[in-house]
Amino acid sequence: MFNWFTQIFAVTQFSMRSLSQRKGSSAVAMLGIAGVVAVMVGVLSIAQGIQATMQNSAADENAIVLRSGSDSEMMSGLSGDDTRLIAEAPGIARDASGALASPELFVIINLPMQTTGTDANVPMRGVQAPAMNVRDSFNLVEGRMFEWGLNEVIVGIGARQQFAGLEVGSSIEVGQEKWPVVGVFEAEGGLAESEIWVDAAVLQPAYRRGNSYQAVYVKLNSSDEFDDFKDALTSDPRLNVKPMREAEYYDSQSTVVYNMITGLGTIIAVIMGLGAVFGALNTMYTAVSGRNREIATLRALGFRAGPIVISVVSESLLLAFAGGLIGAGLAWLAFDGFHAATLNWASFSAITFSFDVNVKLLSQGIIFAMAIGLIGGLFPAIRAARQPVAQALRGL
Amino acid sequence: MKYFYLIFSSLKRKKIRTGLTILSIVVAFILFGYLTAIRQAFDAGVEVAGADRLVVRHKVSIIQLLPQAYETRMERIEGVDNAVHATWFGGIYQEPKNFFAQMSIEPEELFDMYPEYIISDEHKAAWLETRSGVIAGRGLVDRFGWKLGDRIPINATIWTKKDGGRTWEFDLVGIYDGAEKGTDTSQFFFRYDFFDETRAGGTGQVGWYTVRVTDPDKAAEVAAAIDAEFANSAAETKAEPEGAFVQGFANQIGNIGFIIMSIMSAVFFTILLVAGNTMAYTVRERTNELAVLKAIGFTDTGVLGLVLGESFALTFVGGSIGLGLAWLLVSMGDPTGGSFPVFYLPTRHLFNGFLLIAVMAVVAGLIPALQAQKLQIADALRR
Repeated sequence: MFNWFTQIFAVTQFSMRSLSQRKGSSAVAMLGIAGVVAVMVGVLSIAQGIQATMQNSAADENAIVLRSGSDSEMMSGLSGDDTRLIAEAPGIARDASGALASPELFVIINLPMQTTGTDANVPMRGVQAPAMNVRDSFNLVEGRMFEWGLNEVIVGIGARQQFAGLEVGSSIEVGQEKWPVVGVFEAEGGLAESEIWVDAAVLQPAYRRGNSYQAVYVKLNSSDEFDDFKDALTSDPRLNVKPMREAEYYDSQSTVVYNMITGLGTIIAVIMGLGAVFGALNTMYTAVSGRNREIATLRALGFRAGPIVISVVSESLLLAFAGGLIGAGLAWLAFDGFHAATLNWASFSAITFSFDVNVKLLSQGIIFAMAIGLIGGLFPAIRAARQPVAQALRGL
Repeated sequence: MKYFYLIFSSLKRKKIRTGLTILSIVVAFILFGYLTAIRQAFDAGVEVAGADRLVVRHKVSIIQLLPQAYETRMERIEGVDNAVHATWFGGIYQEPKNFFAQMSIEPEELFDMYPEYIISDEHKAAWLETRSGVIAGRGLVDRFGWKLGDRIPINATIWTKKDGGRTWEFDLVGIYDGAEKGTDTSQFFFRYDFFDETRAGGTGQVGWYTVRVTDPDKAAEVAAAIDAEFANSAAETKAEPEGAFVQGFANQIGNIGFIIMSIMSAVFFTILLVAGNTMAYTVRERTNELAVLKAIGFTDTGVLGLVLGESFALTFVGGSIGLGLAWLLVSMGDPTGGSFPVFYLPTRHLFNGFLLIAVMAVVAGLIPALQAQKLQIADALRR
């Protein structure tokens, strides 16, 4: 047994040393795998980024209340009376100013995108004072808060980057009026960063919404009280609403986009991976055939088939690992944190997000590379080990 | 003929290597075809957009409605041939993932405005007679296996009915086909009069207008005239060519074209490396044989052609199989299960694929072929 291991060690060392003689084809296999991994990680990081934005939006103890039957804020509608009834429900946390329940209006406004200059459906949220207390993540980073009652707006940092004309000091056109941008806020990477915020009382008449809202965001005393909160609302005959945990709501918002990108990304990665397997097979067959005589000599000297198979496979795995690292590294350098915007179909409005190349994706990429390397090395290895010694030595 | 034989026998020499190289080229062209179809799915709307049509929507955002009365006012503007309004319904058929576009529209005007939607006279007549009637595209009907006469329930997300209900029932009275492959046949059109009298709110308000201009060259001026007509009113408009509207919408989803081009470049760069490497090997291994060929009277150009021919044979076989498979894969249906309005591989792009094959053959084979051309007989034979 000990002998077997020394054999593996000796043969593997041998093939690693001769690697430099096969620079060209080894580099090709490595780069091929690097390309596959880079594309796979790059595409999937879009989906991860969108998902991260949605997850960062949700707080455990927060819930959202929509009109029953609606799947997004855009479709929902609640009257002013509804929102007052919702704010009285049990389980809602309170502070000095009262219940932490924030009735909000959600509309879209056309603004040109920075990149293309064509219009995007930018989400605009009408809020009241509790909105900032319900969301712990809210943090003003530039300028000041808007004055209540005035037609001033503050913009999310994502929206400011992706859409034109949202710097502090500029103003947006809403119908006949110009609404000045007075501040920029962050929300820990959450969805709110894609939005423009304004006093709900200003937004209602501008969009002719009377005294109506679309959603109520609430902070509960604790996440455990959600069920009581929900039961109280759904059993209230005066209301016809659908309470959801924030996590659940944001999850449902991103499912379509996430599944589409992940699905397409996986198909592309698998097809490309197949191509890389052929490339790796080619390289390893060439490598093995160039070393036919060498391997036969080893066999004649008493080296067994096992160690030879393992040495060929480990060479291939080494190349694949290096390729995977290069590819994952490239994807990380090129894509991580890259800002982009897309359309969230669920609410028909733009969301801004950053590509997210996380550890999970990087390790997936490297595992995928190793799988390519394993398949690419195994068949040539078996062939090398099986060839008749005498024939190979004669150089046939 | 002798060249064909020589090329064939040299490819046969290392069957595994030839096979693997061809397979990697196959993969590259499958991806080319497939990604092209995906891109086409996003771009299709722009390509088929009518040059003589404008889209007019509320200036502030598309979710705000415009008065139905704008139609006659627009039709009075010089250069406007016809104006048709439509309203987005946004309902759910069975479950949210079955998304498709539903719109209310005036039945008399739909097929006049969109000549690319082809429908039989009987279906059209049936629609004019049935208030709750609906016309669906062929693609949509096939997707859900509907038949003429089916009653289709749609759950409203925006428009409640006067009786407070949310389930609207429509009768499928007609099916339209697309005049071209790129025509969107995933839409669902129902009658505006039925919609307006049934909905609880928003009476007399519509989503957007499609306007046909008499002279496409003056489209920009007409658009400006329309916006001027409604300037300083409660509902100002934004008019733009249909192509620009659709493009703007596609841009919102993201720079699909750029993403797909990047992926394809990565793929082709990789495959080029693989194919080029293979060709380099074959030349290096056969230095002796090539020298012999030259010694027995093959010209330098002849040897160059031989190597290029090999490269061409490899890429052509691989590329054709790849494009063929891509075509098959694409005709099996779109990967999102029906979310793309169109999914097909246009002949034009198939042609581009073959062009790419030729380019790749030259790029992969050129350096080894030049090396082969330059071989000195005496040197090479001694090696």
